[in-house]
Amino acid sequence: MSTGGRGDVRLLRASNALGRFLVVILLTYLGLLAVTFFIGRVIPIDPVLAIVGDRAPEHVIARVREELGLNKPLWEQFYIYVSKVLQGDFGRSVLTSNPVMQDIRRTFPATLELATLGIIIGAGIGVPLGVWAAVRRGRLVDQIIRIVGLVGYSVPIFWLGLMALVVFYARLGWVGGPGRIDVVYEYTLVPVTGLLLLDTARAGEWEAFANALSHLILPASLLGYFALAYISRMTRSFMLNELAQEYVVAARAKGLSESRIIWRHALRNAMVPLVTVIALSYAGLLEGSVLTETVFSWPGLGLYITNSLQNADMNAVLGGTIIVGSIFIGLNLLSDLLYTLLDPRTRTR
Amino acid sequence: MKTSTPPITRRLLAIAAISALLIACGSVPALAATPRDTLVVAFAFDDIITMDPAEAFEISAGEIMGNTYDRLVRFEVNDPSKLSGDIAKSWTVSADGRIYSFELKAGLKFASGNPLTAEDVAFSLQRAVILDKTPAFILTQFGFTKDNVKDKIKQTGPLTLTIETDKSFAPSFVLNCLTANIAAIVDKKLVLSKEQNNDLGYAWLKTNYAGSGPLKIREWRANEIVALERNDAYGGGKSKLARVIYRHVKEAATQRLLLEKGDVDIARNLTPQDLAAVSSNKDIKTTGTPKGTVYYFSLNQKNPTLAKPEVREAFKWLVDYAAIGDTLIKNIGVVHQNFLPVGLLGASTENPYKLDVEKAKALLAKAGVPNGFKVTIDMRTVQPVQGITEAFQQTAKRAGIDIEILPGDGKQTLTKYRARTHDLYIGQWGADYWDPHSNADTFARNPDNADDAKSKPLAWRNSWVIPELTKKADAAVLERDAGKRRAMYEEMQADFRKDSPFVMLYQQTEVAAFRSGVEGLKIGPTSDTTYMFMVSKR
Repeated sequence: MSTGGRGDVRLLRASNALGRFLVVILLTYLGLLAVTFFIGRVIPIDPVLAIVGDRAPEHVIARVREELGLNKPLWEQFYIYVSKVLQGDFGRSVLTSNPVMQDIRRTFPATLELATLGIIIGAGIGVPLGVWAAVRRGRLVDQIIRIVGLVGYSVPIFWLGLMALVVFYARLGWVGGPGRIDVVYEYTLVPVTGLLLLDTARAGEWEAFANALSHLILPASLLGYFALAYISRMTRSFMLNELAQEYVVAARAKGLSESRIIWRHALRNAMVPLVTVIALSYAGLLEGSVLTETVFSWPGLGLYITNSLQNADMNAVLGGTIIVGSIFIGLNLLSDLLYTLLDPRTRTR
Repeated sequence: MKTSTPPITRRLLAIAAISALLIACGSVPALAATPRDTLVVAFAFDDIITMDPAEAFEISAGEIMGNTYDRLVRFEVNDPSKLSGDIAKSWTVSADGRIYSFELKAGLKFASGNPLTAEDVAFSLQRAVILDKTPAFILTQFGFTKDNVKDKIKQTGPLTLTIETDKSFAPSFVLNCLTANIAAIVDKKLVLSKEQNNDLGYAWLKTNYAGSGPLKIREWRANEIVALERNDAYGGGKSKLARVIYRHVKEAATQRLLLEKGDVDIARNLTPQDLAAVSSNKDIKTTGTPKGTVYYFSLNQKNPTLAKPEVREAFKWLVDYAAIGDTLIKNIGVVHQNFLPVGLLGASTENPYKLDVEKAKALLAKAGVPNGFKVTIDMRTVQPVQGITEAFQQTAKRAGIDIEILPGDGKQTLTKYRARTHDLYIGQWGADYWDPHSNADTFARNPDNADDAKSKPLAWRNSWVIPELTKKADAAVLERDAGKRRAMYEEMQADFRKDSPFVMLYQQTEVAAFRSGVEGLKIGPTSDTTYMFMVSKR
């Protein structure tokens, strides 16, 4: 009886927690939508213009305004929008004539592919660099890594992107140019996931796979470099913090090898806050980097949302906001889960 | 999203970066990479919102429509004043000038395989009027309405139809309007088979194709790609290319790299700096054509100072046309001080104004503002508009006029302009169809200046009340003698130059840069007359 009772209490607690969690998520989405919606409506751009253009006669403008429901009060427009979203209808983009979710299904994989490779490069190099800099604190290596990071931090990505294109694409010919794939392959491939690397590999089209990779590598490295700059700096500071802890001194006194102390003990503790840093960097890359996408003619989510916002195409902007919001919420959750894996102390007994 | 660097700085950085590297590395090696039967075009086409000719009215969409849809008549690209039949074999105009009878060429087919008959032509024109999208006014100005269009545009036989206008317009005016995209012929059987809720196939055709032109639309992915393919069912000379692929490349510097590398055959949106840079590359050529687009400053007449005739004239003497022509619009435009672009019937080439600060000062003194005044100007942050506005700010200051620049995004400045809350505005106007009335209608007509007017032409947007000029413009569309009609437009332009609140600046030249292996590329005077099906590759 007593065991069962304790089980019930635990279940109740868990479901309470879950309920609270769902309410918070719901409110987050609602707030996100409300803020985006009202900002979209107060910017001094007439959304009708994007649809009918500058030359439309007045009766056409009036008709479209009515079709869009723009003559209704703001709160009513918002209510209609939210109730449609709850039914799974995100509306159509006026710019592309497609349902918003169809557009996002098309643009998001482009960004996902870029961001994923970017974060692998950024974290894969950034973390070891940061560790190395912390270990060699104040030495030449530390200074060099600091400068590399500083450049990544301060040089405009737009400029660096063009420079990289001029050198690696135009001059050396090592990588493919702007765009996701050569035109030759454009219609040889049926998109399944929208991720070109996966699609080409699935179809066994290795030539197309190599081509897609050659287009991807440069913008991904660039994004990776910017992520690296941040990640290595944060790794360095977390590591310095850990290396000054007493358990490190104790481990040294015990005679553990330096590499074991660094990689098995200090880094493992530094990993906990680092996971959040990497997750947030990844989320930042996933919302799409407008400038990178512009320079590399990359048809991704960042360009899609920016272009929609400039035309006050609110269905598209709101749909994009929901996706970006979900990414942030999802990755935050993921890093919370990873906490419990990495840090036994956070596990509830 | 990283958007902190302003566009102008980005552009400067880009130019500096590329120049520095090209000097350091020598010239870029060429490596033609596109297949021989495929033409790849780098083009900024984020303006396209539909593939339906009854609605498409954007510049890039116009080009796609021109290559993929037939119409009754087309004008000759090399001499836009001449018309020739496209699917029409012949036509006649009745004695009273109100009934146009067309006979179609026999044996034509749509890309779908369906035969093209007079039924399709009548349906297409009726459909455009009934759907009543933005460009429908080009047809409805002949008196067609949803209710009467089925009587006014009638099939009279398998290959014959008649079009009846409500007034006896100048035949050149009516026929010129029928060259526009809105008069493109769609496949009735196919379109109606896709109809939902009596929409005449509107929802379907937005992203699909139902034409008979030399090329057919395979796919449009917004802001990514437009793929055209040869239409083997086409009745006329077949396209030499199997495919034309437009790739959306927004950034001019990126377009240039792709062209230099040979990954695209044609780059459509290069800046004057890029054009100057590629001119030394022996593998790249350029071609340009004056377009039907003119740029201007306008003065809102709701502002009492700007409404004074002397002030209006003074502004015209405060632009350094020569300097702008030699630098900011070099290769991409020609100074032009008239509202009709060269190429349209009656267009004047008189450019009486030049920079003359003393004259402007004298006029300002006469207007009672000898020490100048302060005004604002709404400006899009794109080149060359921004450079021209900044140059104008400098020259106007010399006469004591203090211009504050309010930069903005395109849609933002336009929203303000249309609400008539600006002082000065820098804008551009492209002819909607290839007839002088298109521009006269907006620059020189303002039938109702009330805030809730039915039509809001540029004259209205600047609150310029012109009953006399409006009458002249109305008379000119009804003048059936081409010589007299030309003289009427010349007279209107003379009045306009002298008195209007528009400071006309220049006529745009559209330039494309292409790989030397590309042959037969000619930029058309309008957006829908750049014919890719005439192009071939060596």
